[in-house]
Amino acid sequence: MKNKKIIKSVASSLLFPLISIIVAMFVAVIFVMWAKHISFFKGVQVMFKAIWNGSFGRKDSFIETLVYVIPLLFTGLANAVAFKTGLFNIGVEGEFMISITVGAIVGIIPGIPPVIHVILVLIAGTLAGVLWAGIVGYLKAKVGSNEVVNSIMMNYIALYFSNYLIMGPFNKKGLAQTADIQPSAMLWRFLGDDYRVNIGLYIGLLMVVLIYIFFWKTTWGYEIRAVGINQYAAEYGGINIKKNIILAMAISGGIAGLGGAVYVSGIQHHAIQMVSFTGYGFDGIAVALLAKNNPIGIIFSALLFGALNTSSISLQMANIPKQIVFLIQAIILIFVAADYVYKWIAEKRKKGALLNE
Amino acid sequence: MKKLLSIVLAVLVTASLFAGCGQQQQQQSQQQQQQQEQPKKIETSVKIGLATDEGGKGDKSFNDAAIAGLDKIASEYTVEPVILESKQNDQYEPNLKNLASANDLVFAVGFKMQDALTKVAKAYPDKKFAIIDSVVELPNVESICFKEEEGSFLMGVIAAKTSQTGKIGFVGGSDMPLIQKFEAGFIAGVKSVNPEAAKDLENRKNVKYANSFSDINKGYELAKSLYNSGCDVIYHAAGGVGLGVFNAAKEMKKWAIGVDSDQALTVPDAKDVILCSMLKRVDVGTYSASKDTIENKFQGGKTLILGLKEDGVGVSPTVNPAVQQSTLDLANKYKEAIVNGTIVVPSTLDDVKKFQPVEIK
Repeated sequence: MKNKKIIKSVASSLLFPLISIIVAMFVAVIFVMWAKHISFFKGVQVMFKAIWNGSFGRKDSFIETLVYVIPLLFTGLANAVAFKTGLFNIGVEGEFMISITVGAIVGIIPGIPPVIHVILVLIAGTLAGVLWAGIVGYLKAKVGSNEVVNSIMMNYIALYFSNYLIMGPFNKKGLAQTADIQPSAMLWRFLGDDYRVNIGLYIGLLMVVLIYIFFWKTTWGYEIRAVGINQYAAEYGGINIKKNIILAMAISGGIAGLGGAVYVSGIQHHAIQMVSFTGYGFDGIAVALLAKNNPIGIIFSALLFGALNTSSISLQMANIPKQIVFLIQAIILIFVAADYVYKWIAEKRKKGALLNE
Repeated sequence: MKKLLSIVLAVLVTASLFAGCGQQQQQQSQQQQQQQEQPKKIETSVKIGLATDEGGKGDKSFNDAAIAGLDKIASEYTVEPVILESKQNDQYEPNLKNLASANDLVFAVGFKMQDALTKVAKAYPDKKFAIIDSVVELPNVESICFKEEEGSFLMGVIAAKTSQTGKIGFVGGSDMPLIQKFEAGFIAGVKSVNPEAAKDLENRKNVKYANSFSDINKGYELAKSLYNSGCDVIYHAAGGVGLGVFNAAKEMKKWAIGVDSDQALTVPDAKDVILCSMLKRVDVGTYSASKDTIENKFQGGKTLILGLKEDGVGVSPTVNPAVQQSTLDLANKYKEAIVNGTIVVPSTLDDVKKFQPVEIK
């Protein structure tokens, strides 16, 4: 009996994301037909072939998908933690960027033994993220200023400050980037140097498990969730709201920062001048929403978004505009958001019915 | 829920029907077009790919120019170039890898791709690569660079001849060797015509760097301070920052000189204040490398340096009427002198100091 109930609740929570993915794919096919002047079935064939080959179908592309999954795991988790506390941390993007820069700078330092150096880079990146988000959390808790506005502003500070450091004191002469980090600061690429996938993937999966345990098996996690569900009830129950807001923002920023450090020490190996935002932080919002802030769900939604991002290459090779990928992502998001609205209205109706009685 | 689903499905089915109708006609007309075009094109089995930097398609300058070169090749040979845009700088490597696995010749557009191309070219030793604005010393890579200093030299001549106050300014993007080539050539050009005006450029009093290629406001501020100090012509080599220079020129009714593309055409708002522009023909670079590959003359391991002689740089076709014909004639004479080697244009700031101006009347 209990099992049946669980299956039913899992199925109902999976229903909306799945429908949204399917509908998004269909709408995308229409645009492919439009772009390439082909029939519906041909469009389905061309698009799915390109997406499949570009994301899972071939060994190379599957590995490259995993490379894109790594940062999304971290930024998705970081956003989910903030959402769980009832906060909207748009600043994940900035926290991610500043820790790329800080990670690269720490990684350049010569003469540190291998394992210690990697750990130092990861810690430095995490601390940078904690600091960046902690400022926003502190202001929210102590002064009550809106975390959305503040974190957006922190994103721009991160962007321009990073570019100052990359193009100024830590510039590699003649190039728009820092020098490569020392080999001792690089995360192990377990499939050889030809592939960019690295043990950062396992660090990401480990973080997913840790956050899951933190939320559902510890008192701190319980308090954070309570603040997210109803601040006033939580306060009534003796939970310190201010402490939990700062804590949640710091954890969120720390995860984003760790993600940035993993990105630089595992994938990129140097920080390049950033023309605009990296986008991983913003994609993380979508990943968290699609996963409904469930840490385990984030693994799958990160995989989906990573696969879509990677397949933008094979889509372009098939002469399909890469924007199709953004289109699919956007439609998925609209549907997921619609699900939230639907639930909100349903709840209002229920309340109304109670009052009328 | 069911209702919603059925509506969505119904819309999809009808939409697919309509699209099915329109598509047949288009295919027919496409086939006809192809049949008409085919006799003119030369057969080749070479496949070409190109990866842009983050500017992407439609940036109206650097990347679009590179793609224009491939369009020209596609109009002459049976080639269908594949173009990949890099959404982020971490896509350089996967983009180049993917292109290399499916094409014979792969272009990397921009010096930012140097690291990524070096890695990929080593991994695919049997494929051919070309990089714009940077040098990669590998046997299967052709590096395409430009003598920006030669084109800038002619801009210096035109600026010095047109200036009435005898004060001339320069605004650069970032203080790096690539941009210093523009500065060096420009100063040498000014020095050849009006050595007095070159003094404040040489001691960098009238040279400003924005440390950005996109900050329009910074360009506006720098240009305004230069104009206020008496300059009446400014040459910019700073991408988007130049738009700010043009705004300041419009406001102060002074002159500006454009860079890379024919900016009087690409920035029509400012065409009244643009004397002329220094053309950098990235399209010539991608075109000639493609043609060489098709004709089996690919110059792997070499660095092609395109200057005035190769038409890689030059004066834009659009020239403001304020530039006198005699000035243009003079610029042409200097061009000849550079092409036949009488004048060697300096490309670094140290060489400018040693440069002995040659006066041509």
